[in-house]
Parts: sequence; C-alpha cells; structure tokens
Amino acid sequence: MTLWLTLAVNSIALGGLLFLLSSGFSLIFGLMRIPNLMHGSFFMLGAYFGVTLLAKGYNFWIAALGSAAAMAVIGGIIERLLLRRLEGQVLPQVLLTLGFAFIVGDVCLMLWTGDPWQPATPDHLRGIVQVAGLYFPIFRLVIVLVAMVIAIALWLLVDWTRLGAMIRAGVDDPAIARVVGIKVSQLFTLVFALGAALAAFGGVMGAPYLSVYPGLDFEMLPLALIVVILGGTGSLLGALVGSFLIGFLYNFGQAMFPDLAYVILFLPMLLILVLRPQGLFGRVVS
Amino acid sequence: MSRITLRRAAILLALVALATLPAWVGNSYYINIASQILLWAVLALALNVLVGYAGLVSLGHAGLFAMGGYTAALLLDAGYGHFTGNLAALLATLLATAVFAVLALRATGIGFLMITLAIGQILWGIAYRWAGLTNGDNGVNVTTRPAPFGLSLASAPSFYYATLVVFLVTVVSMAVFVRSPFGASLAGTRDQSRRMTALGYNVWLIRFLAIMFSGFWSGVAGLLFIYYNQFISPQVVALTTSAEALLMVISGGSGTLLGPIFGAAIVVIMKNVVSAYIERWNLVLGVIFILIISFMPEGLVPGSVRLWRTASQALRSRVNGRAALRPAGEPTS
Repeated sequence: MTLWLTLAVNSIALGGLLFLLSSGFSLIFGLMRIPNLMHGSFFMLGAYFGVTLLAKGYNFWIAALGSAAAMAVIGGIIERLLLRRLEGQVLPQVLLTLGFAFIVGDVCLMLWTGDPWQPATPDHLRGIVQVAGLYFPIFRLVIVLVAMVIAIALWLLVDWTRLGAMIRAGVDDPAIARVVGIKVSQLFTLVFALGAALAAFGGVMGAPYLSVYPGLDFEMLPLALIVVILGGTGSLLGALVGSFLIGFLYNFGQAMFPDLAYVILFLPMLLILVLRPQGLFGRVVS
Repeated sequence: MSRITLRRAAILLALVALATLPAWVGNSYYINIASQILLWAVLALALNVLVGYAGLVSLGHAGLFAMGGYTAALLLDAGYGHFTGNLAALLATLLATAVFAVLALRATGIGFLMITLAIGQILWGIAYRWAGLTNGDNGVNVTTRPAPFGLSLASAPSFYYATLVVFLVTVVSMAVFVRSPFGASLAGTRDQSRRMTALGYNVWLIRFLAIMFSGFWSGVAGLLFIYYNQFISPQVVALTTSAEALLMVISGGSGTLLGPIFGAAIVVIMKNVVSAYIERWNLVLGVIFILIISFMPEGLVPGSVRLWRTASQALRSRVNGRAALRPAGEPTS
C-alpha cells in the first residue's frame, strides 16, 4: 500500500516536471508550429546552469529563475536571428534545431563532464509532511505546486489577457494580425523565449530529483512530444493532463515492467494517434 | 543526343571506377571506408524516397535500419543460418515499417516528422532497455559473414564487392521507381495532394507504399551494416543515426538520385576524418547542419552550382561594366 502511494506521489511530481517541460513545448510546437527539437536541450542546459549556480552557493529559487532568464535570452536570440528567417519551412527548422541540440549536448559534455550532477534538495524544502498518517516529501509537493501555479498563470495569460489574444491572433492569421497592428514576429520571439525559460526552470526544479547527465536532452524531448501529442497540440489543458498521465505511466511502468517502462510510455500516444489524432483536448484544424 | 552520350559515358566511367576501386585504392582501410559509404548510401537513398519524392521527412529511419540489423543479429546469435536470418530480418522490417507507416500517416508535415521521431525513440528504448531481448547496452555480436555461392566475404575487398552489388541493385531499383508512373504519382502527392485526391488517386495508399519501399531498403542497409561491423548496439538506433541519414540526403540534395550518394560519401568521409582528430563528432554534425541551412538549404550539389553561378555572374557583370548599368525593370537574363 505504501509502495503504491509513494509511486503515486512520485508520479504526480514527475507530472509536474513534465508540465514545466511540455507547456513550453506546447506553446512553441503546438501553437507556433515550430518543430523545436532542442526543447530537451533547453531543459538540460537550464538544469546545468541551475546546478552551477547552486554549487556557487546561490539560493535555489534564484538559481532556477536565473537559469530561466538566461535560457529565455538564448532562446530569444536563436529565434530572432535564425529561426525567424526560416518561417514556415519545416525541414530547415528541423535541421537547425537538431543541429543546435547536438551542439548543446556536446558542449555540455565538454563543460560539465559525463558524470551526473545531483544537487542536494535545498534546506528549506527538505523534510516530510505527515497527512493522515501518510508521509509526503515536501520537495515533490513543491514541484506540483509550482507546476500548478504556472499552469494557471499560462492559462490566464493565453486565454484572458490582451497579450494572449494578440498571440492567438498572430497564430491564427499572421497577415491579418499584422494589418491590425500586432507585432507578430516580436510576439513569437517572446513566446519562444517563454517556452525556453519554462523548460530551463523545469530543468532546475527537476535537478535534485532526476539529476542532470549527458543524454537527458534526448530523453526529455520525446517525453515532451508524447505529452503534446496526447494532450492535443496547442492545448495547455491537454499538456497538463498529458503530463500527469505520462508521470503515472512512467513510475508505475518502471515499478511493474522495468524492461519495458520506456516503451509503455508511448502506448497511449499510439492509441491516441489511431483513435483521436487531434489529441485529447486538441482542436480539429480543417 | 550528345548529352545522353555524355551521361552514359559518365555512368560507365563511375561504374568502372567503382568496380576497380580495391585495385587502385589498395589499402584495406580505405576499401572499408568505401564499403561504409556504399552501405550508408543505401540508407540515404531509402530515406530520400520519403524526403525527396514524397515530401515526408522521417526522423525514425534509424529504427527501421536497426530493425533489420537487430533481427538478423539476434537470429544469427540464436544459431539460425544467414538465409533464414536475413529473410526474417527483412520481413520484420517490413512489418515494423507497416506499423510505422500507419501511425505516422495519421499526420503530414511537422506531425509526421514528430511521430516518426517518437517511434524511432520507442525502438531505441526497446534496444537499450529491454536487455532480456536485445542484450541492452552490450549489443549483439555477429560472428560470421555470409558466404553467398561459396564466396567468402571475410576480406575487405570481397565485402566491398558484395556491398557494391547490393548498392547497384538499390540504385537501379530507385531509378526505376522514380521514373515509373508510381514515382510520378508520389511526386504528385508531394506537390498537390489535394489535386491528386480529386483526380481519383489514393494519396494515403501511395504514401504508404512509398514508406514500405523506403523501409525495405532501410532494412537491407541494416543487414549490410551488421555484416560490415559484425556488431550492433543501441547506439545505432539513436536519433544521431537518423539525423546523419537525413544530413546525407539533405547535404547531397534531396529528390535527386545522385545527391544522397554524394551526401553519404561526404558524411562518412567527414566522420572518419573528424574522429581521427577530435572526439566531438556531434558538435561538428550540429555545426554542419546549421551551416547548410544558412548557406545552402537546397543541398551541397545544387547549392554549389548556385553559388558558382552567382559568383561567376557577379564577376562577369564587373568585367562587363555595362551589364551593371542596365536600367531597372529590364530582365537581367
């Protein structure tokens, strides 16, 4: 019984992390239709930035926010200077982002070596809370809490603010949006930077839990992908539900079928593709 | 007429060069590199069917490639013969390709690419994590090479010739495929899928068959690979392999017959040269991707032609000063 409960708590925590990763991916790939194959690299590089700041003695939250800010700048520059010129050309965008993913992976290996980095859980987030006779590690709960806060903030931003309306208009019909005075390309840079920052933030949040190691990038990228395919492209609610679904599947799969855990992750994606290709919460685009 | 003769002469010359390669190269290290180029060219040609002619970009071809390789390697390891192993490997690849095609064809464009990427990662996951079946990270050894018609393929030149035969069969089948009515209808689905549907073509079926064709040759390349290396490990199934194959297609020029072959040669040679000096192949791979996209998005062969043309035109207009003073609006060529 306790085993299952521990698994459930871990699943929810992983789901929270996956949401931080895939909400950005959902914005970039789902909304803006940019096949960003370096999203896992944002996550990994962000995590490395974070552990470096932590090793220098900075506060955990400062490390996470600092890393997110740095990644927002890097993501923004890549979008502005390179991806923007390839608007609407899928293959070149794929090659460019894939090229960056390889470069980032190799540079990280050079700078941070092949050994995994696992920072200690920050002091004030350590410990366990006891609820109804059951024990929960605080840090896992904090991850879920942060994911929830960000989910609500993103939902408010995209669905309820003027900025969100402008982004949606820019996605739906860039030409008309430009005509009515919306600076679409600047908005897209902003959204891309936001997606990169979210991934980096998730990377730092996940570092004490998953640790950071070479190859983390291409392990996280497919996870972001299946979450978005599952939830439906462009749907934040879909990304949220998909993240927790995959979080549960990963932990329970790992416990029950360790050999096949990775493959089991993809089964719901395959089912969804066959039965409901637009995803659980995806809009049907004609 | 003279162009056709020229072309025939060029093909003949290339054939003679390929057939006599072990004689003038001599060193078995270089003969092995030539074998590598040919076997990767088979994979690149297979991927080119999709990227170049169907307009569908796959990032999961390493999975199909490894499906052929792994099936044969595991069966050989279990004591089956080469014939059974290879036949089963090709059947398994075709089966996997069929599933791959059905799932990936739920989408086109970016969606197709992302699904193929995910399927490729599933196959990687099986190869890497399902240690009970695939021996995990330790990989599978292939102890012997086959001896078709009693000819041993153990030496570098003999294996080169075997690879060359398979390569030539691939090239001929590709040439026939491209020029066939089916190839034309495939290009039709790439350029005008809606119009093709309106004309009564079954676009889905055409794409499905193209993927099967591509998958078959990917499996063949996988077989060549395990016999060449006599070893297969999950590293082969990694995204890097799919990306390299894509680089071969793009760098040479997709949608042409020669492009992927040149691309395979460029990538294999570069990989061997780079690995001799530094360990950072992935870094170099990434930089090449970005450079190609920035300067020659259409591929090295057509790109070089374009750059050469632009350069020579600029030179000519400088020499012939009046050309630059042509009034605006008048067509320049």
